Amino acid sequence: MKIDEAFGIHEHALRLRAARSEVLAANLANADTPGFKARDVDFAAVLRQELPGPVRLAATQPGHIGSDSGPVAAGQLQYRNPTQPSVDGNTVDVVREQVAFSQNAMQYQASLRFLEGRLRSLLTAIKGD
Amino acid sequence: MSSFKVFDIAGSGMSAQNLRMNLVASNLANVDAVSSSTDATYRSRQPVFQTVLDQHNPRGAANGVRMTGVVESPAPLTRDYAPHHPMADGEGYIYRPNVNPVEEMANMISASRSYQNNVEVINAARQMLVALINLGR
Repeated sequence: MKIDEAFGIHEHALRLRAARSEVLAANLANADTPGFKARDVDFAAVLRQELPGPVRLAATQPGHIGSDSGPVAAGQLQYRNPTQPSVDGNTVDVVREQVAFSQNAMQYQASLRFLEGRLRSLLTAIKGD
Repeated sequence: MSSFKVFDIAGSGMSAQNLRMNLVASNLANVDAVSSSTDATYRSRQPVFQTVLDQHNPRGAANGVRMTGVVESPAPLTRDYAPHHPMADGEGYIYRPNVNPVEEMANMISASRSYQNNVEVINAARQMLVALINLGR
């Protein structure tokens, strides 16, 4: 087992959860902005793309843009289908976004727990007691 | 997760809603500020919100919200005939602001709810970060 593979899928999942929380926070911050379209990521699809080990461009200067900016590339962001669009063109359903955000936060904590478990078993293997 | 932008995003939402609340307060405070000419009369002020996009990646996730400006409502002023009013003009008319108190109260509740939503987001993000910091302890 290679040491950088020790965390398995959870490392990718955690990064993606953090990125998704930013997308959902932006939805909630723009709940009153006319014309704003709520966005989200298809978590399963993006995670599947991440898994084989993403190849990224090196960003050595502050202005550089990587192969995709951040864990979620623009193309992977999708628009939410509005259940009740408002007259000003805004498609943020605050209740839905809140539910999605707290669900995402819970799953983030769960990913952290799994990581913690991996860390503990590594420590046990290293110490041997 | 380099910077954990959630705090900035929710913070921008709180700041925008706070400014909106200031405008509501200003409108409600001036609801009875009569004057003797159309030019000097207070007009209802409304905020203009705009999404802040990522400069390098405008099609990506938004970076929050900002208030780009304040517009004065073009709704007509109310003109009342009150010849004994100290502010009455030469023809005995006074002008009242076009502030609609009912609209402003609804606006106030909406702003306050949106503010609370952003606070909740910050609380949840804080818990996520604390859990991350304590990882492996």
